[in-house]
Amino acid sequence: MRDLFKEFTKGIIKENPTFVLALGLCPTLAVSVSVANAIGMGVAATFVLLGSSVIISLAKNFIPNKIRIPCFIVIIATFVTIIELCLKAYSPVLDRALGIYVPLIVVNCIVLGRAEAFACKNNLISSFFDGLGMGVGFTLALILISAIREFLGSGQILGHTLIKGFEPIFVFGMPSGALLVIGLLLGLFNLIKNRKT
Amino acid sequence: MINNLIVSGSPHIHKQESVSRIMWTVVLSTIPAGIAGVIIFGLDALWVILVAVIAAVLTEAVFEIWSKKKVTVMDGSAVITGILLAYNLPPNVPLWLPIIGAVFSIAVGKQVFGGLGQNIFNPALVGRVFLMASWPKYMTTFVKPLSYDAITSATPLAALKEGKILEHISYLDLFLGKRGGCIGEVCILALLIGAAILLYKGYISWHIPMTYILTTAVFTYIFGAKQLFHGDWLFHILSGGLILGAFFMATDYVATPLTINGQIVFGIGCGLLTAIIRIWGGYPEGVSYAILIMNAATPFIDRYTKNRIYGTS
Repeated sequence: MRDLFKEFTKGIIKENPTFVLALGLCPTLAVSVSVANAIGMGVAATFVLLGSSVIISLAKNFIPNKIRIPCFIVIIATFVTIIELCLKAYSPVLDRALGIYVPLIVVNCIVLGRAEAFACKNNLISSFFDGLGMGVGFTLALILISAIREFLGSGQILGHTLIKGFEPIFVFGMPSGALLVIGLLLGLFNLIKNRKT
Repeated sequence: MINNLIVSGSPHIHKQESVSRIMWTVVLSTIPAGIAGVIIFGLDALWVILVAVIAAVLTEAVFEIWSKKKVTVMDGSAVITGILLAYNLPPNVPLWLPIIGAVFSIAVGKQVFGGLGQNIFNPALVGRVFLMASWPKYMTTFVKPLSYDAITSATPLAALKEGKILEHISYLDLFLGKRGGCIGEVCILALLIGAAILLYKGYISWHIPMTYILTTAVFTYIFGAKQLFHGDWLFHILSGGLILGAFFMATDYVATPLTINGQIVFGIGCGLLTAIIRIWGGYPEGVSYAILIMNAATPFIDRYTKNRIYGTS
């Protein structure tokens, strides 16, 4: 039980996909303009991670080693299609905001990375917790980045104005702002890590 | 007697030069342009300069104390960053703008890379471009020169971009600085006095400024007007921040190429980019972007313009 808990929590801080593994930066840069988008993207990616990790760990004995990547992609794409159709049906606004980045979860390196590095070597339950932990870690990282960007770039969080009279710093709403925030946060995480050791 | 004989490796002849001496001389050489800016735009300009310098020095000190490094604010490099940033701002900005710009210049433009000598971009320009992208409203509102009561007016380059006929602005007015613009860029005469000090002391070489200005002049002469070879090249040299950029910011020691050939490539690149942005770009002025883009290209320029080692092929 303690091992499973460890599989879950390692994705949140110690092996955080965005800040430590530096995976999946493309959707992170693109959708972190607002917290609402970040939560939507994080939930979608977590769902795909969870589903694909479970199925791949179940099917790992049937998948020939030589063609494992195409097999993983097919499984991942199935879950991406499910979440994409759900988004289109139940939340068209979010679907329009996330745009191409939902279908692109198929080639998201976090999902494929966990399939390759973890799910195809471990059993069902630990793969489930690994996928969940990575998904939650990715979502939290996205929320952190997008909260900073949305607050500085438009003075709001989830559409609520926090401080009256705050002059928004437009650059944080632009792509260059995403690179700045991620770069500084990566540096900060490395600093904390180095201080500890 | 024996104590006076020092045995050491070369160099044996020392010149009394140091980083701080050079930096303070650069500070001195920027003062004429600052005085001119204050005369032209009034005391508002002085406050902007002072606030930017103080914020830059404090940021540097705080950052170096926090990261347990030697505090090097007395070497003048933070002062010069603050001054150059302020020179790139319109005179009537709210005073929190230079503070944020200076903090960003020093913290993100310089200290995160490791401090003096490590930055890949000119810190003052990093701050200016950050402010430009964040608060374009404040950064593109200019006051009329010598009016002292905040009547806004377009810069000559902005007027040119919008296709307006320039309101009787003579070359002499441009040369003396009687035009809308940023604090330190308007008075060409004062900038040239400062540049002359630096060139005389040998702290900057003529290669980057000359190639930069000449390239801009030639390019705007050829393509600056509707008809080829009818561009007003003298206007393009005297307006905008070209002189300030060419002599004081494109000659930054850290972020520019080391060899003479590399510096010529750097100057030509800056000139081409400036002219292209001015003629076809979305902004009326392109000096800061041109210099930053060429800063980014500097490692490649350095790699391809290495001097041949004597005796090798």
